[in-house]
Amino acid sequence: MNDPSAASPGQLPTIPPLVAIAMRPLPLLPLQFALGGVLQRIHRRNPAMFDRLGDHARARFGIKPIDLPFAFVVEARPPRLSVVRELPKDLDARISASLANLLALLEGRVDGDALMFSRELVVEGDVEAVLALRNAIDDAQLDLATEVSSLFGPLGAPARRALEAARGRMIGSSGQGESSR
Amino acid sequence: MQLSLGPVLYNWAPERWRDFYFRIADEAPVDVVSVGEIVCSKRSPFFADHIPAVVERLQSAGKEVLLGSLILVSLRRERRQTEELASAEGALVEVNDLTCLRTLAGRAHAIGPFVNIYNEASAAFHDAHGARRICLPPELPLASIAAIAKAVPDVVTEVFAFGRVPLAISARCYHARLHKLAKDNCRFVCEKDPDGLLLNTLEQQDFLTVNGVQTLSHSCANLLGEAGLLRESNVRSLRLSPQDCDMVEIARIFRDVLDGREDFDGGNRRLAAAYPGVPFSNGFLWAEPGHLYRQARSGDAQGSAA
Amino acid sequence: MMELICPAGTPAALKSAIDAGADAIYCGFADETNARNFPGLNFSRDEMRKSIALAHGRGARVLVAINTFPRASAVDIWHRAVDDAVSAGADALILADIGLMDYTARRHPNQRLHVSVQAAAANPDAIAFYAENFGARRVVLPRVLSVPEIAEITRESACETEVFVFGGLCVMAEGRCSLSSYATGKSPNMQGVCSPPSHVTYEQTADGTKSSLGGFTINRFAMSEPAGYPTLCKGRFSTAQGAGYIFEDPVSLDATTLLRGLRDAGVTALKIEGRQRGRAYVESVVRHFRHALAALESGSEADIASLKPFTEGQASTLGAYRKNWR
Repeated sequence: MNDPSAASPGQLPTIPPLVAIAMRPLPLLPLQFALGGVLQRIHRRNPAMFDRLGDHARARFGIKPIDLPFAFVVEARPPRLSVVRELPKDLDARISASLANLLALLEGRVDGDALMFSRELVVEGDVEAVLALRNAIDDAQLDLATEVSSLFGPLGAPARRALEAARGRMIGSSGQGESSR
Repeated sequence: MQLSLGPVLYNWAPERWRDFYFRIADEAPVDVVSVGEIVCSKRSPFFADHIPAVVERLQSAGKEVLLGSLILVSLRRERRQTEELASAEGALVEVNDLTCLRTLAGRAHAIGPFVNIYNEASAAFHDAHGARRICLPPELPLASIAAIAKAVPDVVTEVFAFGRVPLAISARCYHARLHKLAKDNCRFVCEKDPDGLLLNTLEQQDFLTVNGVQTLSHSCANLLGEAGLLRESNVRSLRLSPQDCDMVEIARIFRDVLDGREDFDGGNRRLAAAYPGVPFSNGFLWAEPGHLYRQARSGDAQGSAA
Repeated sequence: MMELICPAGTPAALKSAIDAGADAIYCGFADETNARNFPGLNFSRDEMRKSIALAHGRGARVLVAINTFPRASAVDIWHRAVDDAVSAGADALILADIGLMDYTARRHPNQRLHVSVQAAAANPDAIAFYAENFGARRVVLPRVLSVPEIAEITRESACETEVFVFGGLCVMAEGRCSLSSYATGKSPNMQGVCSPPSHVTYEQTADGTKSSLGGFTINRFAMSEPAGYPTLCKGRFSTAQGAGYIFEDPVSLDATTLLRGLRDAGVTALKIEGRQRGRAYVESVVRHFRHALAALESGSEADIASLKPFTEGQASTLGAYRKNWR
């Protein structure tokens, strides 16, 4: 039954190290401002998602894209996001994976358990909080291209097309089932 | 409060098994004894020859005898065996799987700790269908035990009070797997471990006990300290599950503490001496992880009545 | 054709399952009444009503799992779950507890009742007990049976049978296992959780990852070694006879190659495990089995994707269906 020809899931591209190094001196504040806006918008549009988090809505999550020179600290209630070079120590949970896998998880395009099985996703700290977050996000059916393009105001439509194209290159048009063919 | 002796769960040599029960009949202060191979149907033939003599000796000594049914029944041979047992006369069947209930068809029977009775509604159903005794599942907390015992006052409610705790049953044999044998050709390797095979974590923490298709705790349930509380909760029988130790002494200790001839601390010291090297546990009773052991408060052992 | 019964932990997953070709979806309320009581998972009363309406509109059925064993003195919570599932229009209730079946059969005599795998009805006599006492119409068979044993059951039994074809695999007889509560105080039967995430820790060490449950080490995985769930029955332990996976390796069930045998054995429905999994899993696994069933029907070779990425330890097994350990 173990088909050696089957690719493992989430074999999504990682950011090349040189690009990551080039990104290192970038100022984090504009990014934090932009992503904070996206989070606020998601919060407004998906109240049920935050209900699903239950008691874990107050948890502080550290999210570390392993191929980027910075990380995120995210809180759900109230919605807060900060971009940091190093994750602080006092987090409730830490989640690390490649940026592409993290984005695919956000959109529910990959299965979190499968990424754990293949060791592409690492979870530390309060596992229950992470699971609640994962389940809440999975039910929300987020579309990042739509959420992010809303930041661009009148330029939303072209921005959205550009984002969808970028997403297609990065995480493919669909999830693990296709990538495992 | 009655004391009952559960069936031997391990694969003991047949003569040893027979002699164990002969001594229980002659010396142990227990009221009820459940006999029969309930873990593995492959072991049954070894004990079958001795069962009549054992039952007779126990009954002559004034003990009530229960015939235990197999925990997991899937093969045709196991179904037949279970059906034969359920139609037996002269002793109550102790039902360990619902398979028996159809053949029993409402006749009086006992229910063992392997049938899922978690609430008063299930207990009432079994009461209405002929259950005279119910030994509750070992993972039940005291609050549930009390609610169930109160709901079925005509049934003798029993609690698993001493012995390694049965935690799981499987179609697959882990003794055979460990010895790289197929189950059908297992060479009865489980007989090498008359008290089960210790299973450690990778950090060498003692954890579980492997007994063929069954998995038990490494720790030994010990509710001696809660006997008084259980009595106040309408529990009418404590089950002692045979381990590879002096079970006559174990029964005497429980009897002595229950009857006020020995205090709890003295009884507990005697238990530890009779079954050395195995930690006690009572976490399930307190709705905590089952492996934990919470020391009884003084008075819990004999209760306010004693 | 055999029915395809698919898991949903959220309303979104239920939609994915319908899109991917599910005949029926099973799901539960967001509380201790169902055996996948994980944080952020399952359905509110309102979500259940809407999801059942949506499924019915698209020709799919919804089976509501109320398959834990009600807590003594709190049986009302389970009774309410049954009443609410019936009034939401559930096509069947999946139950494990005798007391709850008794209640349901009396209070809602026309409600279709399925025997949960948690009831561990492993032979025709046990199944007949549920059919005769509570009018159970279908039994979900425990994962301890071989295909010939299943065939024997369907021959002798008036009850329909449903069997698992993919996903997490209990090594022990279901509904009769207290390993989780021994380590954590929480059990599948009572709280609806096995190896609850609140008691799981992952520790990153120089050699890889160590998983523990309730303070007991369950496994150590080297850096690139595939991993599984931190469940006790698939942990690595040591004994005087040797160390390793004493009970079972981290693997998932995949019975894709046995569909013909299961059909010939008289099985009514095929069930996919995984209410705790995401939409991506539901979508891919359901589509896979929809294709495999279509191929079986037309007698053609199935050209379908491997499900290996979704399996624990990136490995699959035929489990008890083919008992090579017997």
